[in-house]
Amino acid sequence: MKSEFTTPIGKISQISGKCISLIGDDIDTDRIIPARFLKCINFDSLGKSVFEDDRENLKGRHPFDLKENKNASILIVNSNFGCGSSREHAPQALMRWGIKAIIGESFAEIFYSNCIAIGIPCFTLPRKPIQDLQRHNNAKSLFLEIDLKNSLAKSKDLNLNLEIKKSTRKMFLTGEWDATSTLLENENLIDNKLNDLPYLKFNSQFS
Amino acid sequence: MSQDTLFDKVWDLHKVSSLPGGSDQIFIGLHLIHEVTSPQAFGALKDKNLKVKFPNRTVATVDHIVPTDNQSRPFKDNLAEQMIDTLEKNCLKHKIKFFNIGSGNQGIVHVVAPELGLTQPGMTIACGDSHTSTHGAFGSIAFGIGTSQVRDVLATQTIAMNKLKVRQIWCEKKLSYGVYAKDLVLHIIKELGVKAGVGFAYEFAGPAIDELSIEERMTICNMSIEGGARCGYVNPDEKTFSYIKNKLCAPKNKHWDEALSWWKSLKSDENSVYDDLVKFDASKVEPTVTWGITPGQSVGINQKIPLLNELSQNDQFLAQEAYEYMGFKPGQSIKDTPVDVCFIGSCTNGRISDLRVAAKVLKDKKVSKKVTAFVVPGSEKVAIEAKKEGLDNIFKDSGFQWREPGCSMCLAMNSDKLKGNQVSASSSNRNFKGRQGSPSGRTLLMSPAMVAVAAINGKVSDIREFLNK
Repeated sequence: MKSEFTTPIGKISQISGKCISLIGDDIDTDRIIPARFLKCINFDSLGKSVFEDDRENLKGRHPFDLKENKNASILIVNSNFGCGSSREHAPQALMRWGIKAIIGESFAEIFYSNCIAIGIPCFTLPRKPIQDLQRHNNAKSLFLEIDLKNSLAKSKDLNLNLEIKKSTRKMFLTGEWDATSTLLENENLIDNKLNDLPYLKFNSQFS
Repeated sequence: MSQDTLFDKVWDLHKVSSLPGGSDQIFIGLHLIHEVTSPQAFGALKDKNLKVKFPNRTVATVDHIVPTDNQSRPFKDNLAEQMIDTLEKNCLKHKIKFFNIGSGNQGIVHVVAPELGLTQPGMTIACGDSHTSTHGAFGSIAFGIGTSQVRDVLATQTIAMNKLKVRQIWCEKKLSYGVYAKDLVLHIIKELGVKAGVGFAYEFAGPAIDELSIEERMTICNMSIEGGARCGYVNPDEKTFSYIKNKLCAPKNKHWDEALSWWKSLKSDENSVYDDLVKFDASKVEPTVTWGITPGQSVGINQKIPLLNELSQNDQFLAQEAYEYMGFKPGQSIKDTPVDVCFIGSCTNGRISDLRVAAKVLKDKKVSKKVTAFVVPGSEKVAIEAKKEGLDNIFKDSGFQWREPGCSMCLAMNSDKLKGNQVSASSSNRNFKGRQGSPSGRTLLMSPAMVAVAAINGKVSDIREFLNK
């Protein structure tokens, strides 16, 4: 965990950093942050516990422990990353370890929306290019500059067209990913909806 | 794009606006919270100087961290005590209804809301827990959210979300004797895979689903998320309505009639359009047991653990990881695998009907001496009813430990944990590496009846052979 950690705010359009590869499909959020670390009332100390059990198992050989991955900030994963439990503690732990963006073949749904909600853009690429990217990174450390506006990732010898949902990209570029204030702008519409919903009328315990 | 499905109707009804970014702003009719994913959300409200917009649309209980042996306060575990204390204070401060331990209504959030009649057709329901999909069994659109979205629901009663596609999972015929809802959903996940549901809501339909009780439908919808689908639902019918009737928070008198007539209008149209449609023959499903480290790695009780070359190339890497972690050989039989721990409980299978099925198997039988077995009722209400029916004594007489309600060893946030590489036969929902509290612990998911028979025999067994004796 980095002591200078601050949560992202506002518009996000450029991310650059060293890559870290984590190989495997269906890596679940219990593995990203085991349940015993969920016993907390804030996210502050999660960074050091990311992948705790996997790291313990590999005794220093886990990607998150390798010297060459120190200070990496762009995580490269395979398919269905972040499946299982909805715990936001998982992306929070990754973010507090230093991850600022993730590139993968695919992401589990709740994990993906949690990442948006805390300001971590997730990009996708097909299976083969992801594997090539992981191999490339493992052979010689890869430093990527991601331009969110054009969905491009560049390094000295690579040019990649990353995929990201248009709506998601827009949320990062406008700062809307931090949703609360955008949602609150429609306060009148929310109040109207409350009055319109048929079931609130017959659920008296609620009103 | 799907059209005129229940999902479409409920989504459209709750849509507040189209957000500039392209997602929809969706009103959340019922928000459920618990001690694990809410404290940071309340903290964020405080930081942003925001209030809870509609405190009476949120209901709280405590489930993940509660001890199941001694529940007297303060809890022995300081961190657990701090979490329940924080929830108590937040609920008090924001005037949120909290069903605490000893209220008679505490329990696993996905057991509690349905049994209180809070869960109703046509609602949108959100909770900071992926198994919120459970509530779809009533024809509500229910999904798990992260803590930042819990914050958004507290502050605005809405979230930003992209509309899901809808896949109908049509289940023909009916389950055969000794085969349960858990087996059906494990089978569906095995066939479709753990990521097939990403981007979809699953509509479970067909004669086999119609046949199921509401609690069995909850088991199916509960595990939609294990198939990758954030939301799963069943169109409501007479069974749904009679399950809700007379529950504590159910509409009463004139309101009941109004509710009923609205609920009856809520279902997917005959000619509704789905983004995808798959069919299963429920009569062909066997008692199903997981052998690997994802809920999709399962086999019928009489099948062998697959050989590497029987799997698609994409599944082989994970299968190899699973053989190694679980200590299984490819081609080995799952039947007769010795088990160390048997766990009955969880939001998947911790309801009264689950306890009844297991107790029926255990009556006048003894748990194998090699096995530690315990049952954790899903809620205080389930525990009270079970005691009324004498099920607690059947469990205790057989050698099962009878515990207090909570999530317990489904995710092992309390002191109920596997030790070392113990093998557990579990009625819960996830067999991920380390899920049940030991980094090398091994989980075999199965139905409560199958857990009960595994406890008696000390090994994975076919419940049908037991029932036919």
